[in-house]
Amino acid sequence: MHNKNQYLQEELLRTSGVNPKKCMRCGKCSATCPAYDEMEYHPHQFVNMVESGDIEPLLNSKSLYRCLSCFACIDRCPRGVEPAKLVEAVRLAAIRKQGANHLKADDVPAMLDDDIPQQALVSAFRKYAK
Amino acid sequence: MQRIGVFVCWCGSNIAGTVDVQAVSDALAHEPGVVFSTNYQYMCSQAGQNMIKDAVAEHKLTGIVVCSCSPRMHEATFRKTAAAAGINPYMVEIANIREQCSWVHKDMQTGTEKAIILGKAAVAKVNLNTPLTPGESPVTKRALVIGGGIAGIQTALDIADAGFPVDIVEKKPTIGGKMAQLDKTFPTLDCAACILTPKMVDVAQNDKIRIFSYSEVTDVKGFVGNFDVTIKKHARYVKEDICTGCGACTEKCPMKKVPNEFNLGMDNRSAIYIPFAQAVPKVATIDPNYCNMLKNGKCGVCSKVCAAGAIDYTQKDEFIEEKYGAIVVATGFNPISMDKFDEFAYNQSKDVITSLEFERLTNAAGPTAGKLLRPSDLKHPHTIVFVQCVGSRCDACAEKGKEYCSKICCMYTAKHAMLTRDKYPDTEVYVFYIDVRTPGKNFDEFYRRAVEEYGVHYIKGMVGKVTPEGDKLKVQASDLLANKQLHIDADLVVLAAAIEPDKSARPLATMLTASMDTNDFFTEAHPKLRPVESPTAGVFLSGACQGPKDIPETVSQAGAAASKVIGLLAKDKLTGNPCVASSNELMCNGCSTCERVCPYGAITYENKEFRMPDRTTAIRRIAVVNPAVCQGCGCCTVACPSGAMDLRGFANSQIIAEVDAICK
Amino acid sequence: MKVSYFPGCTLKTKAKDLDAYARKCAEVLGVTLEEIENWQCCGGVFSTSRDEVATKLSSVRALKAANDKEQPLVTVCSACHNVIKQTNHQMQTDAEFADKVNRYMAPEAPYGGETVVYHYLEMLRDLVGFDKIKEKVVNPQTGKKIAAYYGCLLLRPNKVMQMDDPENPRIIEDFIRAIGAEPVIYASRNECCGGYVAMESPELAKKKSNAVTSNAAAAGAEMMVTACPLCRYNLVKNGSEIPVVYFTELLADALGVKEDTNA
Repeated sequence: MHNKNQYLQEELLRTSGVNPKKCMRCGKCSATCPAYDEMEYHPHQFVNMVESGDIEPLLNSKSLYRCLSCFACIDRCPRGVEPAKLVEAVRLAAIRKQGANHLKADDVPAMLDDDIPQQALVSAFRKYAK
Repeated sequence: MQRIGVFVCWCGSNIAGTVDVQAVSDALAHEPGVVFSTNYQYMCSQAGQNMIKDAVAEHKLTGIVVCSCSPRMHEATFRKTAAAAGINPYMVEIANIREQCSWVHKDMQTGTEKAIILGKAAVAKVNLNTPLTPGESPVTKRALVIGGGIAGIQTALDIADAGFPVDIVEKKPTIGGKMAQLDKTFPTLDCAACILTPKMVDVAQNDKIRIFSYSEVTDVKGFVGNFDVTIKKHARYVKEDICTGCGACTEKCPMKKVPNEFNLGMDNRSAIYIPFAQAVPKVATIDPNYCNMLKNGKCGVCSKVCAAGAIDYTQKDEFIEEKYGAIVVATGFNPISMDKFDEFAYNQSKDVITSLEFERLTNAAGPTAGKLLRPSDLKHPHTIVFVQCVGSRCDACAEKGKEYCSKICCMYTAKHAMLTRDKYPDTEVYVFYIDVRTPGKNFDEFYRRAVEEYGVHYIKGMVGKVTPEGDKLKVQASDLLANKQLHIDADLVVLAAAIEPDKSARPLATMLTASMDTNDFFTEAHPKLRPVESPTAGVFLSGACQGPKDIPETVSQAGAAASKVIGLLAKDKLTGNPCVASSNELMCNGCSTCERVCPYGAITYENKEFRMPDRTTAIRRIAVVNPAVCQGCGCCTVACPSGAMDLRGFANSQIIAEVDAICK
Repeated sequence: MKVSYFPGCTLKTKAKDLDAYARKCAEVLGVTLEEIENWQCCGGVFSTSRDEVATKLSSVRALKAANDKEQPLVTVCSACHNVIKQTNHQMQTDAEFADKVNRYMAPEAPYGGETVVYHYLEMLRDLVGFDKIKEKVVNPQTGKKIAAYYGCLLLRPNKVMQMDDPENPRIIEDFIRAIGAEPVIYASRNECCGGYVAMESPELAKKKSNAVTSNAAAAGAEMMVTACPLCRYNLVKNGSEIPVVYFTELLADALGVKEDTNA
């Protein structure tokens, strides 16, 4: 099977340290994911799609910004695949592109209220923008 | 000087394809001691063997070198040929020019060169070979079976049936094992008790079988045919030969709050107890951790109500020493602890149970008298979720669970799901699976019936989290085929926990010097061809101690282990391996180094009188090898600082001669 | 006992009380928290990507500062703890990453993840001891039914955090017992509150927070404790029926120093 995304795929696997071949397709990552219903591609699909080189749809998916980085899929995966690391790698590949920031500073004031902790802001910037 | 014949085999094209066999036989013809050299298409065939016999007669050969396949394959064949031709079988050497030469080289020239070198080494060794005669040892015609589950029971019955006495050592107060706890058995759904308890009675009534229940093996010495075993019989504070098993004591015992292990702690028993109605031996046992009389001397009720006078609070542990010719390990399995898998809330809700607990909940003799009631409130559950592969098939880097498939879970889960739907049609039953593995006779048909006839919902996916809330268990799971996350409000969740070898297996393996794998399953001598023998001679394997197994497979293996034992016990004498270590007493300085490295305990020391050159006598400590125990591993020959220890058939001088021949 | 202390941004702004109670209680328990000089924001979230280097330097600086003083590094905020501990672990296990960091920072002696990182709760358990806390309690929280809320960051990924059993933790429950209250065990204690996604998708955060608080309330909890300002924000903002407080506040109350803490 020709894989047009081979370079990107290798890069994602290298930076995430994930070996998708360990996956036994049990779906426990997606079973445990707290953001599942907000995602069009679910954790197990990230693993499968990166492995098969089908990466474009992931790069353009809002699923990237719904992962809560709760690491539950990392801890509960029986095979030690660690899907969240792959989601993080794909997200970085998306937002590192010029002008591809998902969160812009101008949008922030509208999101704030009096109590929101700084932690939420810096975290969101780390996750959504470069 | 030897008169050596060299026989180079073509093995069809297996060897001849990459080795110039003619060149090999020509080259070896000129080696020292060689008086005859030839090659032939199939040396192991009748014609090939006859060629060897004829050459022995014609050329008065004293040694033989066969350049052929691995000695594992045909050494025994050619040794027999030699014996038939009147040569000591240990005067035969095999040069492996197939597995270690023709199969690994692609180029004829290299292959031929290497084959010649290997042949030269074998010739060099035969020049130093001496005829060897194996020793003999007697066989104690009694077998020991460790573990009294279905595996141990079947093995013991089969051995006894052949007329040999058998002892079963069982650490629990009764035999029966895990099978006694089961309700129905797949794929035919016979009641486990109905097919097991008659066998337990057969064991009790068989005059060839003794049962040491509530006992453990604490020491094993000796070797195949001659094991010396120490058995510790725990004090049960009841005289076994007097107790009638009437149960009056268990009824009257005031301490009734002891978690009942037979029902996996789901109900209580008394401090003096008989595990279950069909226990064998049907004898009461006092649990010293809970008995008030034993703990603080206050009570004594059981002694008062026992009409037979069987209670004995002063009973002590007893050690029994017995000799056996063969030992069968049948120590079985347990479900793993669910502590590390609390995403399924096993420790948080009584209504999250393991499959073995489910067996007890549906068993007529269980805590709910066979009615499926959930443990928390004894209400009838309507929605039941089964989770497969809990702790099985885990990668080592996940740091919990087992790497292997536990093999039995797919089938018992199908059974549980089917029986639930059969008995309680008002239930919704979900089974979450990763794969359904049903390779067995009538197994897949059984699973399909659960789906098609009984309407069990099989969902490809795993449960991620179970959240007890109110009187519901909120199950969050994935349905991979529908690409959905499911949320099910369940009343009962059943976890198919991985199984692991019983904890007693590891120390037992040490006592037996039997090897285990990293999961503590006993290793078989050969995974395909010797599946019921351990690599340690005289030790056999039966049931789940060797790997996960269902009942049909366990019973087959139990019978196979029994037949191996019978084969051994039927012999009056055992022929040993003559390639064992021996110590040159004139060189031995009695330092004990060899004794310390010997993995088989084959070396002892004795004080011996020597006549010294000045005609005085002196007493010196020297090593003595028991040839029946020695396995010929050679550790001692390497360790011996004075060079006194040598291995017959693989003497240091022979090995060096081979190396010299190769390096020349 | 002296330890290096990393308070983090939120504890200097929206969660000043979390910090103030932590300092006061440490004093009572005989621990001196020495705040690291010129510390910088940890970034709030750890990137698992092996080629993210610059965003982790602030954590390494804090770790290095503690190491220079030969002190363990203590954090209170769950997020800071998670980021710093994961960064430290990457310094220990990823040689290529550690090499890049050391070349960039060019310290006198290279840093290799030597600092021991404690969360304040771990400090209570491992350095002070819950038994000693029990002795120091003057205002036992008797009768309070308190649900521990771990969230994600204290426990996961377990391979790195190694604080407790990630599915069946007990450190906060033991803390609750130590101050005389009764812990309430409920399954959602280690499920996510929605975290920073509250910015992007308040509905998702609401759904997740409500699942947690309702599960705790259904289990009979009268109060929840947490170590994370963002968790607390999400739970409170999304209408928790029961109060959500920082564990340090409860500790201060139990130790009798709540009133005189300038929080």
